Amino acid sequence: MASKTITLHVNGEVRTITVRASDTLLFALRGKLGLTGPKPGCLNGDCGACTINVDGWPMKSCLMLAVEAVGKEVVTIEGLHDTPIQRAFVEEFAFQCGYCTPGFIMNCHSLLKQHPDADDRIIKEWLESNICRCTSYIEIEKAVKSVLRKEEPGG
Amino acid sequence: MEVIGKSVIRKDAAEKVTGRAKYTHDYQTGRILSCKMVISPYGHAKIISIDTSNAQKVPGVRAIIAGKHYPLTGEAIRDRPPIAVEKVRYHGEPVALVVADTPGQAKTAADLIKVQYELLPVVNSPTQAFQKGAPLVHEHLGEYKKEEDSHPVPGTNIATLYKIRKGQMDKGWAESETVVEASFSFAPSDHAAMETRCATAEIKPDGTIIIMTSSQAPFMVKRLIADYFGEDMGKIIVHTPLVGGAFGGKASVQLEVLAYLASKAVGGEPVKLLNSREEDIITSPCHIGLDATVKFGADRNGRIRAAEIRYLWDGGAYSDKAVDVTRSGAVDCTGPYDIENLWCDSYCMYTNHPYASPFRGFSHSELSFAIERTMDLLAQKLNMDPLELRYINAIKPGDTTPTRVKLNKSNVGNLRKCIDKLKELFNWDEGIIKEVNKRYVRVKGVSCSWKTSTIDSDAPSGVILTFNRDGSINLMSGVVEIGTGTKTVLAQILAERLKMDVDNIHVRMEVDTQTTPEHWKTVASRGTFMGGRAVLRAAEDVIQQLKEVAACVLKAPKDDLEIADSRVFLRDDPSIGLHFKDIGYGYKYPNGETIGQQIIGRGSYILRHLTHLDPETGAGKPGPEWTVAAYGVEIEFDKRDYTYRLIKACTVVDIGNVMNEKAALGQVMGAMSMGLAFAGRETFYFDELGRVLNPQLRTYRPLRYGENPQYVVGFVETPQLDGPYGARGVGEHGLMGMPGALGNALSNAAGVSLHHLPLIPELVWRAKEAAKNASI
Repeated sequence: MASKTITLHVNGEVRTITVRASDTLLFALRGKLGLTGPKPGCLNGDCGACTINVDGWPMKSCLMLAVEAVGKEVVTIEGLHDTPIQRAFVEEFAFQCGYCTPGFIMNCHSLLKQHPDADDRIIKEWLESNICRCTSYIEIEKAVKSVLRKEEPGG
Repeated sequence: MEVIGKSVIRKDAAEKVTGRAKYTHDYQTGRILSCKMVISPYGHAKIISIDTSNAQKVPGVRAIIAGKHYPLTGEAIRDRPPIAVEKVRYHGEPVALVVADTPGQAKTAADLIKVQYELLPVVNSPTQAFQKGAPLVHEHLGEYKKEEDSHPVPGTNIATLYKIRKGQMDKGWAESETVVEASFSFAPSDHAAMETRCATAEIKPDGTIIIMTSSQAPFMVKRLIADYFGEDMGKIIVHTPLVGGAFGGKASVQLEVLAYLASKAVGGEPVKLLNSREEDIITSPCHIGLDATVKFGADRNGRIRAAEIRYLWDGGAYSDKAVDVTRSGAVDCTGPYDIENLWCDSYCMYTNHPYASPFRGFSHSELSFAIERTMDLLAQKLNMDPLELRYINAIKPGDTTPTRVKLNKSNVGNLRKCIDKLKELFNWDEGIIKEVNKRYVRVKGVSCSWKTSTIDSDAPSGVILTFNRDGSINLMSGVVEIGTGTKTVLAQILAERLKMDVDNIHVRMEVDTQTTPEHWKTVASRGTFMGGRAVLRAAEDVIQQLKEVAACVLKAPKDDLEIADSRVFLRDDPSIGLHFKDIGYGYKYPNGETIGQQIIGRGSYILRHLTHLDPETGAGKPGPEWTVAAYGVEIEFDKRDYTYRLIKACTVVDIGNVMNEKAALGQVMGAMSMGLAFAGRETFYFDELGRVLNPQLRTYRPLRYGENPQYVVGFVETPQLDGPYGARGVGEHGLMGMPGALGNALSNAAGVSLHHLPLIPELVWRAKEAAKNASI
């Protein structure tokens, strides 16, 4: 199968890699760039463990081809440093095994940016795309809401 | 207490929220070949031929393994060829392995392997398996190697039978004025851990076998591979990094064997085998199914006088750990009730379903559904409050268990206290049914459970402590961090005992079987209990060594010394003392002369007094202690279309002592979430060929964000005297009562008795229609 050399913008860096046309972005991030934060869980968009941000929006990287990411700003969990949502996940015990955590955090991070005043309905709409098998989701809800409160004007 | 009970931040927190935490599949150093399985598309079929000729031509293919006889594998009974030969016994069974340079090449080649099958009649339930003349899953059952206490019956599908015989049944039935009998069933389902199973294997030129695996049982991998294939046990090193959820599903040994065989086929080169989600659901072992019949008799006061129980466990195609699950189901067969006259047969049945591994609760969530539904039927017939019936029959100190273990204030929790607290937290007094409007009702259901951990009677747990030059301590334990936070709790136990800052204790998360002391398996809620006891012993060892050096330097007898804040000091004058950093590697005098030595602490623990069970009566001591719990589930039921919404779920568990509050709440609530999903939606749908129709997370649906109810957790603390700081096992217990409580709530809501899982609207509709037709 034909390979192609592409240039990607990932976590603020410019990276050039060679991929097959059929390689998913998840496969390229993990296999070619060594970014193993995004996790494979189902490879068909059901579980959300591979969620990253593309141009500020959450994207399941198993549902996107690597070649489709050219010209876009890609952020993986490795691109977040000491953000409020990461701190909240630690404080609220919003992870256990940690496998779904990078995907959940990327989804939450994007949610907080796009909807700094999200209500319960919006939070549910966003977060129901990821599966966590360890926690009860209450911990994740608390983590998200603790950041929302802090980001409220004057709050 | 300073550290115990506090919500100490988990030691794995930073790496887990930054994507730096590494799981088996994340390790990729140097060249590693990819392995892909070809799996059976049918439940039961003869393999007529396997044509690999086209697959061989795919570039990058290095080896194809098919049709080869290897030693049979399995735990209680060696009944499983690692790769199917002659016939397949379940949908998803490995039939061939391809090893290639890349995952893509391996997949391309695997798809080109043509296997011709001849269909065989399918055994599609344990009840069918039990019938005379049922097709046989194993024709040569009598020829398998097995452990002594497994009793397969050749010519049948019975892998084993455990019997409980206690008291006098005649007497029990004679004293019973009210009798209820009911049958229950549900198909196998899955653990659905987010990390699919993965194993790598490499065989070095000197014969050293290096395996990395997402396992709850790395030490068992080592033992079994040595045993199956005659390898030197000391030459097998198994690495287990962080594990992405396990829930019992990673306690079985399967992929490791395949990765080992694959590596062997390519001259020992490193090979990786990663399950796809579909393979993880059907090929690797699943959550056991059950067909149960329960008969209870009670006197006019509601005291249960007799019980007759039959469990037919759906062990699937191979017995693996299902034999032990069957045994555990016998051990606690009655649920947490004192029943003097008892008869129970617990059968492990072979079927043409994916085979079972342990599942969080190890037979208890399953049998609890049958027992707790029967309890509600009994309460109904007695016209009694269902919690009251449970209260008066609740197991307590002085009673004996089904296997005749005498209970005392330490080895069993306080169930009555749990029930009382549940009543309060769950607003039980406001009534079972509350009308919202004409269409919706809010309805409650309750249940209780208990569990002991039936692990091997000689299962060990070990801990090693070493010092850093700054006086901080490294803690190494064979407990695998599967998500439960146990290693953080172990650090808390050590910090509490040494009265030191938990931040100065460094925990090694990874396990490797060469340098980490063995913890038998990270299962059965035993990590805190056994690992904790080992930590306490290691702490004692360290204290003695520290004091020995300090006594010499301080010119004071050892028993005048105290330890706190990483210092050894004089009891009456704490200002005179030595920091750990000055004595952890011996004490060096100003002139260079040194006394003492590097301090290495060791602690090891084995549960005491556990025994085998008597084959005829079941008498024996199968586990150390019984954790008890009471549960409630409230739903909002739509009378028009039988759908329902989870409103509130409540668990009150006697935890002995809370070690880390947020971690404990997380364990209980997470388990409740899993229990509600198991009860309400998760199951394998089989067709007549024994195929699983829903092996994906879109058709097999765990709970998602926002579908969860409000969770209420209450703790009762009756210390277990042998547990570290009184702790009891608690990792599984939140789950166990959910199927029963939800089943009772929905039965109350619908006005029909529900006997199957999952509890979906269609089930209610079927039960309603059946009741309607019966009354015509």
